[in-house]
Amino acid sequence: MKPVLLIDFGSTYTKTTCVDVASARILGTAQSYTTVETDVGEGLENALRELRAQTGISEFAERYACSSAAGGLRMIASGLVPTLTTEAAKRAALGAGAKVIRTYCYEMTEDDLEEIRALSPDILLLCGGTDGGNRDCIERNAKAVASLKPSFPIVLAGNRAAAGSCRRALEAAGAEVIQCENVMPAFNTLNVAPCQKAIREVFLRRIVSAKGLTKASELISGILMPTPAAVLTALTLFAENFGELAAVDLGGATTDVYSIAKGLPSRAGTVLRGLPEPYAKRTVEGDIGMRYSAHGVADAAGVPRIAAAAETSEAAVEAWLARVRETPGVLAETEEEKAMDFALASLAIETGLTRHSGSIEEVFTPMGLAFQQTGKDLTQVKHLLLTGGALIHTGRAEEMAARAMAAVPPQSLAPREARIILDRHYILSAMGLLSQKYQETAREIMGREFL
Amino acid sequence: MAKRTMVLGVIGADVHAVGNQILNYAFTQAGFDVINLGVMVSQEEFIEAAVETDAKAIVVSSLYGHGELDCRGLREKCDEAGLKGILLYVGGNIVVGKQPFEEVEKRFKAMGFDKVFGPGTPPEVTIEALKKDFEQIEARESAQA
Repeated sequence: MKPVLLIDFGSTYTKTTCVDVASARILGTAQSYTTVETDVGEGLENALRELRAQTGISEFAERYACSSAAGGLRMIASGLVPTLTTEAAKRAALGAGAKVIRTYCYEMTEDDLEEIRALSPDILLLCGGTDGGNRDCIERNAKAVASLKPSFPIVLAGNRAAAGSCRRALEAAGAEVIQCENVMPAFNTLNVAPCQKAIREVFLRRIVSAKGLTKASELISGILMPTPAAVLTALTLFAENFGELAAVDLGGATTDVYSIAKGLPSRAGTVLRGLPEPYAKRTVEGDIGMRYSAHGVADAAGVPRIAAAAETSEAAVEAWLARVRETPGVLAETEEEKAMDFALASLAIETGLTRHSGSIEEVFTPMGLAFQQTGKDLTQVKHLLLTGGALIHTGRAEEMAARAMAAVPPQSLAPREARIILDRHYILSAMGLLSQKYQETAREIMGREFL
Repeated sequence: MAKRTMVLGVIGADVHAVGNQILNYAFTQAGFDVINLGVMVSQEEFIEAAVETDAKAIVVSSLYGHGELDCRGLREKCDEAGLKGILLYVGGNIVVGKQPFEEVEKRFKAMGFDKVFGPGTPPEVTIEALKKDFEQIEARESAQA
């Protein structure tokens, strides 16, 4: 037996998973409240105590961790045109597992700079211009950011012709600059991998210590990545072996949606519009969640639909929404409350999937009907994977997802007939970590757990 | 010599893809850095591409007769987006039916297009015009520097 410990430091829970890599089995899982403000080691020790009670193991051959504690990896992304380099910068940051707290396009104003100072991000990503394209914008923005004398590191991934002058301006102001390849080297060509590598290196070097996680570091071999990056890694490994997929992580405040799929048009005669889509894509719906953001679900889907799905009155829904907003820790107890949570979850999945997926529209041209696709076509994906406490603990997650898939609007290219998989033991992030060294073991465990 | 960047595309709800491919090939062979947006391109997409790539010319094709409606306001939007003085070319079957080309040219020039080309114009003609205009731009820029 060779037990490996995998830790996920979350903003509310520290989750631990113990895997025996010799036999490719999960030996146990345990979780405990995270107390990153005081001492992150305490939450971990509580979880480990429970894990020991389950498995009898207290010595681990290796320990790896991922983290989204203390607000996660908070990033600002900036570019030139909103639909081009700004979108590319945002996608690069999201794919690296960051929480994008703000994006800026075109030239930054004095107010923008004030806002950046106040937000004090963990990393600022500066993009703009294709290689050999526009250089004025990123040069001005670099000078503007330099005027803030930033204490946060800046990842520079814009027009390579402007990289040198941008770096000099920022370094002269004492900023740490990590220069990498352009996120959009040529028009409509995405190149996010070098930028994501740079983000991850900054995360490992600076963020881990800044978030007070080093206190637990003597317990671990290393914090490898932000939690969403671990989830994305696990999903990619699963998709490569078992078929394309979409996944929803429904939380209290936000909902993460992932897709590991090419997403090319499935209907003949379709014109593809917009930026090329990454094969492994992550989006975050900041206004969709089960507690803090329950009102966002109501804004998106409408109170009448929640009431109809829960088979209750609109007044009851309004009251429940107000209650979960005031006391996000509240649990559904009565049958009616459970039904309303069911409706909220189902509509949250529907909204998240619809926003993440592409859409198709009919265009009537003088030559007849044509189809225009924007974003990814996920109608053909094989699996829809569900994770997140809100989904796993309800016991009716499959039903929620089936309802959500049945209700996506007709122009949406969201999954419709995917096989629903539940991450019952909350192992996705752990499998992403494990796969860094034991890919085959992670693949085998996921195959057994999910299929 | 600096790259000569231009944006190319078929405007509006027009799906004529073959001519677009021929122009893309011809302009690229002639040494231009062609940002080809393909078919069914909106005015906004032309402008966004030109802003991001620092293109000096936008070359608009239209084959289906609705070009006059599709092209209206493009010059004003370019001005608004900071692309003041960018070269605007248009060519193809750009109006409804058969109309005298002189009148068509006058109307499109009044819309702010620098050059207007009628149906059946060989790519060489446009390439010559582009080369001359780019030389002027380059001379102006080096004088400024």
